[in-house]
Amino acid sequence: MMSGSQLSRALAIAEKDIRIYYLKGPVLIYGVLFPMFLFLAFFLGRGMPVDFLISGLLSMTLFFTATAVSPVILPWEGSMRTLERLISAPVSIPAILLGDALASFIFGIIISVVPLAFGLVMGVRVFSPVVLAAAILLSAFCASYLGMLFSTPPTNVPSNIMMITNLVKFPLVFISGVFIPIEQMPPWGRTISLFSPLTYMTDLMRYSIQGNSYHPILLDFAAIAIFTVIFMALAMFIHIRNMPKRL
Amino acid sequence: MRSVMNAIVVEDLTKRFGNFTAVDHINFTVAQGESFGFLGPNGAGKTTTVRMITGLIKPDAGRASIMGHDVEKDGLNAKQVTGVLPETSNAYIDLSAWQNLMLMGKLYGLEKMVRQSRAEDLLKRFDLYEKRAVAVKGFSKGMKQRLQICMALISEPQVLIMDEPTSGLDVQSSRLIRNIVADLNAKGVTFLLTTHNMEEANQLCSRIAIINRGKVVAIDRPEVLKKRIDSLHSLEVSFDKDVPQGDLLALQGIESVEKMGDKFRLYAEETARAISTLVDYTRSKKVEIVSLATISPTLEDVFVAYTEAG
Repeated sequence: MMSGSQLSRALAIAEKDIRIYYLKGPVLIYGVLFPMFLFLAFFLGRGMPVDFLISGLLSMTLFFTATAVSPVILPWEGSMRTLERLISAPVSIPAILLGDALASFIFGIIISVVPLAFGLVMGVRVFSPVVLAAAILLSAFCASYLGMLFSTPPTNVPSNIMMITNLVKFPLVFISGVFIPIEQMPPWGRTISLFSPLTYMTDLMRYSIQGNSYHPILLDFAAIAIFTVIFMALAMFIHIRNMPKRL
Repeated sequence: MRSVMNAIVVEDLTKRFGNFTAVDHINFTVAQGESFGFLGPNGAGKTTTVRMITGLIKPDAGRASIMGHDVEKDGLNAKQVTGVLPETSNAYIDLSAWQNLMLMGKLYGLEKMVRQSRAEDLLKRFDLYEKRAVAVKGFSKGMKQRLQICMALISEPQVLIMDEPTSGLDVQSSRLIRNIVADLNAKGVTFLLTTHNMEEANQLCSRIAIINRGKVVAIDRPEVLKKRIDSLHSLEVSFDKDVPQGDLLALQGIESVEKMGDKFRLYAEETARAISTLVDYTRSKKVEIVSLATISPTLEDVFVAYTEAG
């Protein structure tokens, strides 16, 4: 369990990350522009219901944005030689990771307001605002630690990490019910979809907006929570091991 | 009488990278309030040692402690009392000097009023206050290094570890940093300083360790180290006209001769006898001596003697 003083230091790191990384090119390109173009490419002209579109767009945007900031930070800090100064300070590596994940989490939440507002303007009604809020918060936290996991290879070249990140993120978009509802997938597709956290995020968004979901929503929440714990534990374990290699 | 506690204790510290042993069972202590220099050629293991002491990398064997806190087992408390200026680090260039200092203050758990007051004092002292709101990317190298020292000092550490603090800086920045180091040391701050600059080590350090190929080959006060190699006594002489180097080498008692600009450095076992034969030579050749000085071994001579011998 993290002490109060380490928690406040994690918040200081998140504040620093927000000031520095939100406007970096890779963050804006992979976190904002990519999901937007992906959405336009797949949804325009297909005559799908707006509430289906918006729930898919919301989960995809949240997933892309919350995994956009956290993978960039450590390689960037390694290449800019600020990392050594940071870890010379009395701040634990879990606190550094939490700070970086918080910056990513907040970025995901802020940007996800855009598709939500767009949906509301288009006349979409939210079926369960409470589930939607809880789903956005938990999904953003899960995705931000997945982003931390992406940055575990000890390279200080941010573009290498972004390549790995996109290599994983793009296939997940296609197997998680964002473009094709899970119930319309072949059996093998449905089986694979169980291993993607985005499946449960999208399912919760569908429930929040359309009022129906493929899995029970408690299972969705539980699955995302389990993915979060796994991503967090793996990210901490590998980052602690690899941190000296970045110096 | 109470004995002085050691601020830094290094015991059998060892680090290997594959088959290469970068630091090989080194031992030393730094007393509280002492200014300790760590000298060595490139690749000798200085930075690896500093990184182990500051808890950035784990040793393969041995241990280090700062103010009684084991850097591995009690790393956060060791870091809390230590200010670090890493050799290759940077301040955050997208942030201003003020924002960098506030960040460091928060990472050391300082209250808002305390960090603001200290940041203001430090920025004024290091002549950066006027530029406090400017993004660091617009700073010169000297300004960045001064800011980094402010960042290391904001927690008012009991121990300050500086890896090459004046490397590549202009004379004014180097002098400012040296003056502040001397001032802080006089106030009781313990220093561990790595440097290539022998003059800097001579001026700032009360004790010096020379590391070569991962091993400490000498450790003592600078003047004691110089006395250990007093066989290297030499003369520095210049003449009013050109003198062949071979003539000087042929003089009785002169072991070797080096030409240095318009001067010669003559190495001799007995300097008094060498001066006598030199004066006889100038009279016979009708050459005037413009300057003549006996040169004691410098710290650089000590460094070369120990590192080349290894």
